[in-house]
Amino acid sequence: MEILASEFFQRALIGGVLIGITAPLMGIFLVLRRLSMIGDTLSHVSIAGVALGFLLGVYPVAVGLIFAIIASFFIEKLRKTYKSYAELSIAIIMSGGVALASILFTMGRGYNVNVNGYLFGSILTLDNVDLITIAVVTVVVLVAIISQQKELFLLTFDEDAAAVSGLPVRFYNVMISVLTALVISASIKIVGALLVSALLTIPAACSLIIARSFRQSVITVVVIGELAVVLGLVLAGVWNLAPGGTIVLLLIVIMLVLMLLKRGMRMGS
Amino acid sequence: MQNNSCHQDIITLEDVSFSYQNQAVHKGLNFSVKERDFIGLIGSNGAGKTTLLRMIVGLLKPESGMIRLFGQPVSQFKDWDRIGYVPQKNSFNPLFPATVREVVLSGLYSRNKLFRKITKADQKKCDDALHAMNIEDLAVKRIGELSGGQQQRVFLARALINNPSLLILDEPTVGIDSETQEGFFHMIKHMHQHHNITFLMVSHDMEMIRSYLGQQPAAESGKLKFYKKHSHELQDCVENDLTHSLKELRQQMESRREVVTVGDLS
Repeated sequence: MEILASEFFQRALIGGVLIGITAPLMGIFLVLRRLSMIGDTLSHVSIAGVALGFLLGVYPVAVGLIFAIIASFFIEKLRKTYKSYAELSIAIIMSGGVALASILFTMGRGYNVNVNGYLFGSILTLDNVDLITIAVVTVVVLVAIISQQKELFLLTFDEDAAAVSGLPVRFYNVMISVLTALVISASIKIVGALLVSALLTIPAACSLIIARSFRQSVITVVVIGELAVVLGLVLAGVWNLAPGGTIVLLLIVIMLVLMLLKRGMRMGS
Repeated sequence: MQNNSCHQDIITLEDVSFSYQNQAVHKGLNFSVKERDFIGLIGSNGAGKTTLLRMIVGLLKPESGMIRLFGQPVSQFKDWDRIGYVPQKNSFNPLFPATVREVVLSGLYSRNKLFRKITKADQKKCDDALHAMNIEDLAVKRIGELSGGQQQRVFLARALINNPSLLILDEPTVGIDSETQEGFFHMIKHMHQHHNITFLMVSHDMEMIRSYLGQQPAAESGKLKFYKKHSHELQDCVENDLTHSLKELRQQMESRREVVTVGDLS
């Protein structure tokens, strides 16, 4: 229990509370537009950036962030090229990211670094620079989403209607991809690059079970995201578990409970 | 928003061509739609109905030629709140968590605006549009829970909330039972006959189109047929308050408790 009072755990908790808001919030727009795999793609590309960061001796999260942003532009470009097969762009960039990461990690075999922390998350490694990065990303994401929430709703519900209403659809698509890239890069130290996309998608999957309006969906994803992140970090701290894995398994448990509750309510009515 | 200058050009197509993967869909297409005209577009699958519609609203760019909306090239057109658009019924995910009210209000989100607030006036417009479409009881329902006919009323309410000058409808009655289709057409015709609205409607229902717009197409291009009711065939009386007028229509229909057929009104 002493671990909960430690400085590094407090930092992880503050960082976790912030990504518990932003990651599920971005996830709802991706899931409802059937672009859930974008999170996975960007996180895999950001691993390549992290690897390059270590190789060059530059802040790895920043390089991961730059890689993810570049990848988000490529996804949009390929989505346009393969319009009817948009998921192709995701498959191409995801495998490209993993390929690059594997080569960069091989090249940097000499350096002594705990790669596992970036892949599966860690509460021990979050420093003040990471915390400031997460805080800045949170502010950027919240301002962007809150200031454009109505337009983003229309875009998510009906992209054609949004275009006919005169909304700059291409700008919004790029904005969503870039914001997702920011959130993922800021989250990988806590949740891990291999698991971060679950924090985007599973709360949205839960909201589809219970929410009856878009407003309820937004509230639901944030509440579920926070619950899983805070509880997950505490459990991971107390029992010395991988935080990413604990958070994701908790999210899956929450989703299963909601599914059972809904089924029970249906049978009861 | 309504323009009272008589018979202004609303849509103009000048020598418009479009092809998909080197296969010509439209070649040298010319036509114009005047204020208060009603254009019904009919054609077999692959005739290019939806392609044409998507070019008109700027979702697709023609290979050559020029499309104008209200006299301006589509690429420079800014007054999108003058256009109401009703998409095909199947263009949204039925599991999407959105209420009817949220969907109807989204008709007001033309032009991006930072920190947009829904005002009381916006809520009133939404209430009026819901009432006019007889769906006020469904306001808090999830859109995916509604029947096809109810969903089309929701999309029509969203299109009408801005009091548009041009209504574009893309196969609005696909998958809806025939009685509901008749009611829907009856409402559309009422709007055309009593209000300053221009219509462009893609439909698969030739009988409905012919019964209102005449037996012979005004123009043909490839497999596409353009049926047309000219604005000069209509009476001048134009009511200003669309939602009020639709409420009256609804009350009339309810009080008479009659099924009005398409033929009765054409």
